[in-house]
Amino acid sequence: MTLAPMPQPVGGEGHAALERAGTGSSAELEVLKVSKSYGTAKFAKTVIRDCSFTIDEGKLTVMIGPSGCGKSTLIRLLAGFERPTSGAITMRGKPVTEPGRDRLVLFQESALFPWMTTYDNIMFGPRARAESGSEPRSRAQFLLDKVGLGAFRRKYPTQLSGGMQRRAELARAMINEPSVMILDEPFRGLDAMTKKLMQEYYANLYEETRRTTFFVTTDIDEAIFLADKILVMTNAPAKVRSVVDVTLPRPRRLEDLIESDDANVIKMHVLSLLHEEAMKSFAHGSKAAADFLDAYSKRIRNPS
Amino acid sequence: MPATRVFRERAFQLLTSDKFWRGAVAVVVFILIWEVASRTDISRVPAPSAVVVTFNDLMRDPSYWFSWYLSVRRVFSGFIAAMLLGIPLGLAMAVSRTFYGISFPVFEVLRPIPPLAWVPAAIIFWPTQELSIMFVTFLGAFYTVVINVIGGAQTIDVRYFQAARSMGSSGWDIFRRIILPATIPSIVVGATVGIGIAWAVVVAAEMISGGGSAGSMGGAKGGGLGFFIWNSYVGGSYTQILVGMISIGIAGYISSALLRKMGEMVTPWLRDQ
Repeated sequence: MTLAPMPQPVGGEGHAALERAGTGSSAELEVLKVSKSYGTAKFAKTVIRDCSFTIDEGKLTVMIGPSGCGKSTLIRLLAGFERPTSGAITMRGKPVTEPGRDRLVLFQESALFPWMTTYDNIMFGPRARAESGSEPRSRAQFLLDKVGLGAFRRKYPTQLSGGMQRRAELARAMINEPSVMILDEPFRGLDAMTKKLMQEYYANLYEETRRTTFFVTTDIDEAIFLADKILVMTNAPAKVRSVVDVTLPRPRRLEDLIESDDANVIKMHVLSLLHEEAMKSFAHGSKAAADFLDAYSKRIRNPS
Repeated sequence: MPATRVFRERAFQLLTSDKFWRGAVAVVVFILIWEVASRTDISRVPAPSAVVVTFNDLMRDPSYWFSWYLSVRRVFSGFIAAMLLGIPLGLAMAVSRTFYGISFPVFEVLRPIPPLAWVPAAIIFWPTQELSIMFVTFLGAFYTVVINVIGGAQTIDVRYFQAARSMGSSGWDIFRRIILPATIPSIVVGATVGIGIAWAVVVAAEMISGGGSAGSMGGAKGGGLGFFIWNSYVGGSYTQILVGMISIGIAGYISSALLRKMGEMVTPWLRDQ
């Protein structure tokens, strides 16, 4: 049994350029040789091993990898909900030891408090810190309108659609002015149309604020559409397999992405990396995935 | 008159709903079967028509209503005490691992003891019979309330805590704005089930403890709907036994409905999803 031949990376010389580290941007969050194991020392299950990368200030960094590769664990470490077994995570040079409002997480599924209205959810942070006066209230109203939920301020989360819930949660995070937004597959589970809309919405939001963002996904189109830099992860135990810079011009539109040759070259490259990782977990390889990749590489080489 | 119009619309909706007619048909069929059964020689069940006649007579008898009053008072005192003690205890057990470790074993040993097994001890330990019955009623609701509160508070999604802590919440604020509201639905469930058990327990406790002077109202000891049934049995009035039983059914139904309504009021986020 032979493995399907790996398609050669496309883009020739450009490929090397794709993998160079981003220059001229400073690290906001830095992950240095981080490992995380669960269980006892004797029967340890290592989820992350020797993982290093940076999340640059004002950039949108996307992490993509096979599902179950430890991405969510990494997020818990970044957020400070858990501590790494070894290695260090630093935020602007200071070690991350506990959760903080400078690094807010948007979870896979809605974590809006179901017993609070949209408005009360958004006001959670300011109230927790006992910020009083009209300033937080007007900020909450501004954000409600910004995420298009002005008419839904008195509704409970269960009365909102999936897309609205995501936007309400974005507003709940943004009112705290986090330095870094961490999003863990935030648009998973939304229907295809809503997902596209949310991606465009988030891209706009990011382009407007340029808030440092760490975005985890398994969706390669989403990754390329949003990212300044893509971290391709290895299969568990997770570490960064490859860093791919995405230099597509902003503001981005989904239609542009489909037609852009650059985007397709990047997609092909990331796909082949992901495919290699997937191959490792399926010892005999996936014929279907190999065929798909082969077909895709032909399409890119001979655009019709 | 918008109020009467609203009422009329509601009544019309009710009378035209499938739900109402299904319920009505079920009740009618049940009474018919009962009536038929009572006319055969197999059982000595009094006919529903005879029960209705007795019911009608008793409606004008103050001592019947006094039995109601006594039982309702016992159920609600025991139930309210169970809520007042059970909710904080359950929350404390859910929040503090240390407290849980200390109290849970004791709780779990006491819990399987049926409240009715407490009746003799309760009569001995409490100064008045009234307090003994209330205590037994309290036990009936107490365990259910505590178990539900613990269950509700322990199964709160960990992401709510993570989100809250990230946004700068801690300690008392997390308790007040996360743990407490997240547990309310379980408290409502515990209360609704608990009051049903309280009714079951109070009736049995009243039968066991007897009623010095059920008929006379002044300074009545014992009494209540449970004793009313027992007394009817001793006196050989079968229709009264059934009236007593139906009374308890109605009382239990009203209590649960009341609690459900109150539950809906304190959990507005679970309404019309």
